Amino acid sequence: MILNPSLNLEHYWQTLPPDWPGGFWWHWLVFTVIIIAFVLTLVMGYIWIERRGMARMQARLGPNRAGPFGLLQPVADAIKVLIKEDIIPANADKIVHWLAPVVAFVPVLMIFAVVPFQDGALLADLNIGILYVVAISSVSTVGIFMAGWGSNSKYSLLGAMRNVAAVVSYEIPLMLSVISVVLIAGSLSMNQIVMAQNIPFILLQPLGFLLFFIAGCAEINRSPFDLMEADSELVAGFHTEYSGMKFALFYLVEYAEALAISAIITTLFLGGWRGPVLPPWLWFVLKVIIVFFVMVWTRTTLPRVRIDQLMALAWKFLFPLALINLIITGIQVLAWPEALPGVMILVNIAIMVILVLLWSRFFKLGWGRVEV
Amino acid sequence: MKFERYGIGIAKGLTVTFRHLFRHPVTTQYPEQRLNTSRRIRGNELIWDDMKCTGCATCAKTCPQGAIEIVTSTNLVENKYVVEKYQVDTGYCIQCGLCVEACPYEALFMGYSYERAKYRRGELVQTKEMMLESPDRQASGYMYPEIAAKLPQQTLLVERNIRKE
Amino acid sequence: MAIKTEPFVLNIGPVHPSTHGVFRMRATLDGEVIIDMEPIFGYLHRGIEKLAEERTYTGVIPLTDRLDYIASMSNNLAYVLAVEKLVGIPVPERAEYLRVIMAELQRIAAYLIAVGAFLNECGAFFTPFLYMFREREKIIDLFEMVSGQRLLYNYMRVGGVSQDIPEEFLPALDKFVREMPGFIDEYDRLLAENEILLARAKGVGILTKEMAINCSVSGPVLRASGVKWDIRKADPYSIYDRFEFEIPTGEVGDCYDRYRVRIEEMRQSLRIIEQAMEQIPSGTVKSEVPYLIRPPAGEAYAHIETPKGELGFYLVSDNSIAPYRCHIRAPSLMNLTVLREMVIGWKIQDAIIIFGSIDITVGEVDR
Repeated sequence: MILNPSLNLEHYWQTLPPDWPGGFWWHWLVFTVIIIAFVLTLVMGYIWIERRGMARMQARLGPNRAGPFGLLQPVADAIKVLIKEDIIPANADKIVHWLAPVVAFVPVLMIFAVVPFQDGALLADLNIGILYVVAISSVSTVGIFMAGWGSNSKYSLLGAMRNVAAVVSYEIPLMLSVISVVLIAGSLSMNQIVMAQNIPFILLQPLGFLLFFIAGCAEINRSPFDLMEADSELVAGFHTEYSGMKFALFYLVEYAEALAISAIITTLFLGGWRGPVLPPWLWFVLKVIIVFFVMVWTRTTLPRVRIDQLMALAWKFLFPLALINLIITGIQVLAWPEALPGVMILVNIAIMVILVLLWSRFFKLGWGRVEV
Repeated sequence: MKFERYGIGIAKGLTVTFRHLFRHPVTTQYPEQRLNTSRRIRGNELIWDDMKCTGCATCAKTCPQGAIEIVTSTNLVENKYVVEKYQVDTGYCIQCGLCVEACPYEALFMGYSYERAKYRRGELVQTKEMMLESPDRQASGYMYPEIAAKLPQQTLLVERNIRKE
Repeated sequence: MAIKTEPFVLNIGPVHPSTHGVFRMRATLDGEVIIDMEPIFGYLHRGIEKLAEERTYTGVIPLTDRLDYIASMSNNLAYVLAVEKLVGIPVPERAEYLRVIMAELQRIAAYLIAVGAFLNECGAFFTPFLYMFREREKIIDLFEMVSGQRLLYNYMRVGGVSQDIPEEFLPALDKFVREMPGFIDEYDRLLAENEILLARAKGVGILTKEMAINCSVSGPVLRASGVKWDIRKADPYSIYDRFEFEIPTGEVGDCYDRYRVRIEEMRQSLRIIEQAMEQIPSGTVKSEVPYLIRPPAGEAYAHIETPKGELGFYLVSDNSIAPYRCHIRAPSLMNLTVLREMVIGWKIQDAIIIFGSIDITVGEVDR
């Protein structure tokens, strides 16, 4: 099938050696600067896209006064948040309260160390790439729980516990869809996965893409799963008691996680930086923005699920489907490794449609009322 | 077997939202763009015609809030009341228009402007001189169709074309 | 080893983005499940019933505007019908038709806010709310054309309405009535079959038929529980017996049924407006009424079907220019008595949805 990447088109892109531009430490420095600049700039771009895009879909204009087309609005928000007073609740646990935003933000930044911007253009081409990503992204949950505990407020604790339950439940379908992709690509390294995609894996693994997208949205607390920080619930969730720069860090964590999940979706399913005419890093940025646009689109349209429905969706709907997907992919890779890609695409899409229809027929959410 | 809840509702909703990207937004960017208000707007001030007013104080008796204050004195030479003080506290006024409806001599009109914000509450009181009609203090057509006919027409949202052709 | 837990008290407090005004609910929670709930209102009490005793009969009309400030025309109409019953004044034909058109337009506008706010609390982040406000803006433009104000109209008078409609009103109304069914279909396509909304709202907050009738609930909440009761058909006031329209009812009485009943009633209101526009005669709009009305001593009660339910005015007069007593039967207050039964056993998120689907306005609850 496509397990042999050397029999494909000729390379029209440059391959960067692992210690470009000159030695190990220069490579590390250049890429650290690139990653930090990339994350901060694109997070500002994301905030802009979300506000303008959501406004356009709601028949109104978004912000358009700060800078041309409102492009400096995120900058204005950042400045406003920086000059606010930093309030700490009186009985809060000071060290935990102070450390929580840091523990939540740093792992998200570390995910970008293995995301390829071009062939070989990574901070470190680990040969356990995707496993590292999954492991590191779980540390950020500890930071959120520290925030809920350290605020000494029962509403924050409620929000934080809901968040931990949701994240832990949705890790499993996430990982199972990743394993299916790894089975087809044959390697855990992110660079190799991109190189193995002569056809984007979204066509070969449509069910896996759907599961990863839903589980990813749930991991990063985006609508329709944003009950941890919804305005029309009681309170603002785990970051109620934060103000000033720490609140800005939580806000940044939310968008940086969205950026991370979009980057991983692009790398695993959409073909990373591969594309015909434009330079590869531009393709990467474009694909990441398109994935985020789909996230904004679902946020605008869909209502929110309840907490017990959230857990039911993870354990009764996504988890069995992910297992079945894994088994079917394994069978396909073992039994027909040299099959034509076209046939496999059609077969997989048909399997996805049948499975989703069947499963929704047998999926029951459970009653909500408790006898008191 | 009948299929239900397999995601078709979500897909329909997503198409509706996506189609809205191709329509004009309905926002009006105030203060650069302004819409025309209704010709009968019960604006934030009152306009008084001191030629027609006789000082009967029907308006003051009708006002539910008691926002109009009138002090008159007699003028035995010309055999009519002289209105010494005619004052409206627009902070108390609820713009109901009952005073305009009640005036038997058609001497009172509602104002046309709505942008009369002031910094102090005392400046909201309109004294006699501030109530006379002038080019920057127009009367609106509430209860007076002949004044309404001269004012510009109201912009309506039903008339606005929202699809991008 | 059993974990010892204890219930804790939570204030879904007066200042909250989802209670429709200043309204407070004290909920006792066991984990996430509500085991007891106490509604506390009175934060918006302005003394309207006492103030009405100090003003003339016409001067009370601006006060009644501010009861249910979202559906102001209906409040005016109820009060004016009560005074006309007390005095016995006939109303000209054109005024009756204008009153019906304004009341039905107001019904559509109020249902738009009710449905929009309900969907907003379900979590659809302001999208249906803003779409519905776009349509409500068109209705408010029409009201501004007629009465001069956008929210508190003061349009109905004893014996008719205050002014005639300008000549651009009927063409604009015609255009609106022709476009509106398309927009209601768009709302249905957006969220009526959405799986998440069905999971959130179907079967939640069930109000049985017996309990609804026992607690004197009225309006769309009653009709969604399966009772076919609408004052426009059961005890017709004004000229409602000349129009043909249907009364949509629900089956189960959950939040989803209340939402569907409101959407279907919007379509029926459009039918009534079309029929009224065809039949409207010409003539005067207000019969000759003295400047200060002095009714004979007696009492009268008039009730109409507002978007919230049955609004009734009970007037007692003692032959002076001001009412002796004016009591208001507010539908939002009566509908609230059922809230505790509906909410117990559900979770906090469901409580907010159930409260939103009853659709109260705190101005009426507290008067």
